[in-house]
Amino acid sequence: MHEITLTVNGVVRQASVPARRLLSDCLRHDLGLTGTHVGCEHGVCGCCTVLLDGEPVRSCLTFAVTVDGHDVTTVEGLADPDGTLSPVQRAFAECHGLQCGFCTPGFLCTVTALLRDNPAPSDEEVLEGISGNLCRCTGYQNIVKSVHRAAEIMAEEPWAGAAGSPRVVPEDPRAGEAGDTSR
Amino acid sequence: MTTKLFGEPVRRREDPRLLTGRGLYLDDLAPGALQAAFVRSPHAHARIRDIDVSAAIEVDGLVAIYTWEDLPGALAEPLPLLIPHPALTHGRTAYPLAREIVRHVGEPVVMVVARDRYLAEDACALIEVDYEILKPVVGVEEAAQSAQLVHADVPGNVGAHLVQEVPSTAGLGAREAIDAAPHTLAFRLDIERSASMPLEGRGVHARWDADDRSLRVHSSTQTSTSVRMAIAAKLGLPLPKVEVVAPDVGGGFGVKIVHPWPEEILVPWAAITLGREVKWTEDRREHFVSSAHERAQVQSVRVGFDDEGRILGLDVEILHDHGAYTPYGIIVPIITSTQLLGPYKIGAYRVEFSSIYTNTVQVTPYRGAGRPQAVFCMERTMDHIAEHLGIDRTAVRAANFVQPDEFPYDQGLIFQDGRPLIYDSGDYPESLRLLKELIGWDDFPGLKARAAAEGRAIGIGIGCYVEGTGVGPYEGGHVQITSDGRVHVSTGLTSQGQGHETVFAQIAAAELGVPLERVSVVTGDTRRFGYAVGTFASRAAVMSGNAIALACRKVKEKALRIAAEALEADPRDLEIVDGEVRVVGAPGSAIPLATVAVLSNPLRYAFDAEAARATQFAGASSFDRPPVAEGEEPGLEGRDYYSPIRSTFASGMHAAIVETDPLTAEIRILRYAVVHDCGNLINPMIVEGQIHGGVAQGVGGALYEKMVYDGHGQLLNASFMDFLMPYATEVPFVETAHLQTPSPLNPLGIKGAGEAGVIPVSAVIASAIEDAEGIRIDRMPISPSDLFDLRRAAPGRSTAGT
Repeated sequence: MHEITLTVNGVVRQASVPARRLLSDCLRHDLGLTGTHVGCEHGVCGCCTVLLDGEPVRSCLTFAVTVDGHDVTTVEGLADPDGTLSPVQRAFAECHGLQCGFCTPGFLCTVTALLRDNPAPSDEEVLEGISGNLCRCTGYQNIVKSVHRAAEIMAEEPWAGAAGSPRVVPEDPRAGEAGDTSR
Repeated sequence: MTTKLFGEPVRRREDPRLLTGRGLYLDDLAPGALQAAFVRSPHAHARIRDIDVSAAIEVDGLVAIYTWEDLPGALAEPLPLLIPHPALTHGRTAYPLAREIVRHVGEPVVMVVARDRYLAEDACALIEVDYEILKPVVGVEEAAQSAQLVHADVPGNVGAHLVQEVPSTAGLGAREAIDAAPHTLAFRLDIERSASMPLEGRGVHARWDADDRSLRVHSSTQTSTSVRMAIAAKLGLPLPKVEVVAPDVGGGFGVKIVHPWPEEILVPWAAITLGREVKWTEDRREHFVSSAHERAQVQSVRVGFDDEGRILGLDVEILHDHGAYTPYGIIVPIITSTQLLGPYKIGAYRVEFSSIYTNTVQVTPYRGAGRPQAVFCMERTMDHIAEHLGIDRTAVRAANFVQPDEFPYDQGLIFQDGRPLIYDSGDYPESLRLLKELIGWDDFPGLKARAAAEGRAIGIGIGCYVEGTGVGPYEGGHVQITSDGRVHVSTGLTSQGQGHETVFAQIAAAELGVPLERVSVVTGDTRRFGYAVGTFASRAAVMSGNAIALACRKVKEKALRIAAEALEADPRDLEIVDGEVRVVGAPGSAIPLATVAVLSNPLRYAFDAEAARATQFAGASSFDRPPVAEGEEPGLEGRDYYSPIRSTFASGMHAAIVETDPLTAEIRILRYAVVHDCGNLINPMIVEGQIHGGVAQGVGGALYEKMVYDGHGQLLNASFMDFLMPYATEVPFVETAHLQTPSPLNPLGIKGAGEAGVIPVSAVIASAIEDAEGIRIDRMPISPSDLFDLRRAAPGRSTAGT
């Protein structure tokens, strides 16, 4: 077993995991953060996407031991601490960008990073940006609409734009170095 | 309807939890539960000689290993045949764990329970099953001709054979009518296998309360009530001691209507046997090889028609591949053969199907459920007629439409619900007019010529369908208004992303005249509502929506009666607005529903100030009659059921413009247009979403998705790497227009919408590719290499790109 320490949604967490423990299973079953879903366990569907040091990764293709000391944001960490939904979350609700909701956490994480890097993407850039995530319900049309709407909200409310970026935890100096990519 | 809520694009009430990671799907439950894993057959057809578990029992954390021989009583019997049919003369179902013979790759042989899934899989890997490999039967035509049998006691591998025939008004049979027709055509069509493929697989969690001797099961199912009955029957438990809850379900699309899956009875049995919570979550590989597939059919068509393209006789023979077992009966080929006629009235119709066993995963309904195949057949037929006669494809369709003044229109067939196939309403000519306008049908030849001048090949295609929705036998709704003014709605059928919590709340709020925020909806929980059928066949809104509306009307009637007494008014002068019962025209005279709820329940004991108003010394009741009058019940609640005389028939028409690359044969959908008629819309935003999602699955079925079996019965593409589902980059923008011809069959005038989007897509894309290429498209899905091969085989075509 390996003792690991990681910062998840701004909170320092510890877990004792075997080397083969997937990050997706560690988040879900060791840390109780079941918002991250597992759709294929071979890195194709994108349901398990989380932000590792701010960048989207497949948590089902990542061993938990490899993120020791790193910063992870999951769907549970996208809203403000007071519960206010992030612009991306709000846009998905407004535009009916989800149906069964199983792929949604992966899309939300992917889109959060996408808009952080490109606050006003074109249609092409949106399609490219979400082309690694499968959805079996929506036909993507309203997801694309949601991404554009989220960009709009972020432009209207620049103060809300940082949601989903890794949060710095002052007590843990590593998180600040490795993970603070907020704009 | 008393408020605008019905028909409004109300935002979904499910979303806040699903957007913040607070949804609860099956694998999110019971973190401490033991986990099950299965040893599954690696062979398509084999005899089990021996199972050696000796190495596995050394695994640390192992709790139990079970094989068929361990199963007691009814659990050791074959799984139920859910939908018997007289034509299904040789229905066969699997054992929960294989007994002696395995008949497809993925069939469960051993169940392992361990401390966690990793350890359970470790143990599975150490279990040695000794198989005697038998010759597999793969491919529906091969199986129909093979001497090799999937089941030793099923001759010819034929599970079912059914002929339905509707003679012409002149009394001619289809074959006679075809022979007598001025024009005849004959051709063959092929449709490959696909699958529902929800992003969340199946899963089961069971908790046995040994003190109470009761069982609570969660299953990622489309029918919790029926899973409950199956578990009670298989495990010999009294029904009231079993509860089944469908938690948040990550998509179903048909595959989760099948029940009980082996795991749905094995996991609860293990939980009881071990006295521990047990959970099983299907992984993706398991889902590919042990759940269900659909679609595969071979169709032989003969059609006779006149100079205008009117069909005088249609004769269709279908070979349907139902895989290794028939737990869901022959619903899929029945739907294909009965929904084939679409919006058309034809002279005489004969349809014959044989449903055939193969050593592959079983076939059960996937969204559309036999209709995509039916529409592919009929719409290819329409296009072939148009080509033969040299007339416009839409003109041939229009010549055959059932006309708006001909409803109800009896097609003379027996539908999947065992009841007559009678179309209730529709307006097909108007639908076609809207579609042609939306896609620009009449301007397309100019567009095509201009594209050709640029060296580009584009084509336009069309497909029409009628979909029987809202099949019975019934659904129910329960509505309770509590003394805090909240409205609690429950129905037994389940949800997999359709937004039922929202649309059912809209219906209840509109019926009762209460704010939407006060209404909460529970679906798929047998603790709240025990009588239900399930979510399939685009039936949830029609069935439970109407049941809830009827239950609300009962509750409203009671509320008005009680309020009338309190307000000393005539109930007929009362209305409910914003949660308050008011005397119409006298705004000062009102009583909140919360108070009516208090008054509806005469109390001895007060628990708050509001309740004190209903206690025995509060002076509210009359001395002349008992506190609860004869025929009355305490409480402001009501239950009602909706059981339709027959299905209601939604319809629609799609058109697409595609471009095919002259060199690579890549197929790109440039535009996709949908005209859809599902009667009155409860929530247009949600209906649109259903259509978008359906079209995307249709695009998958038309261009990408197929299950590739080799001759040994191995599924070669059992992963998302190789089974290609569309991403955002593959799905076109869908343009929609709605027509609303209300159903006369139900109080809300609604029809189902869940499956509509997927149904005609293969037909539409084939039609468009054919138009672009001038090559017959008789087989779906079609990949660039398929099209490339078709080009090479086409007479007179150059072999560009070789």
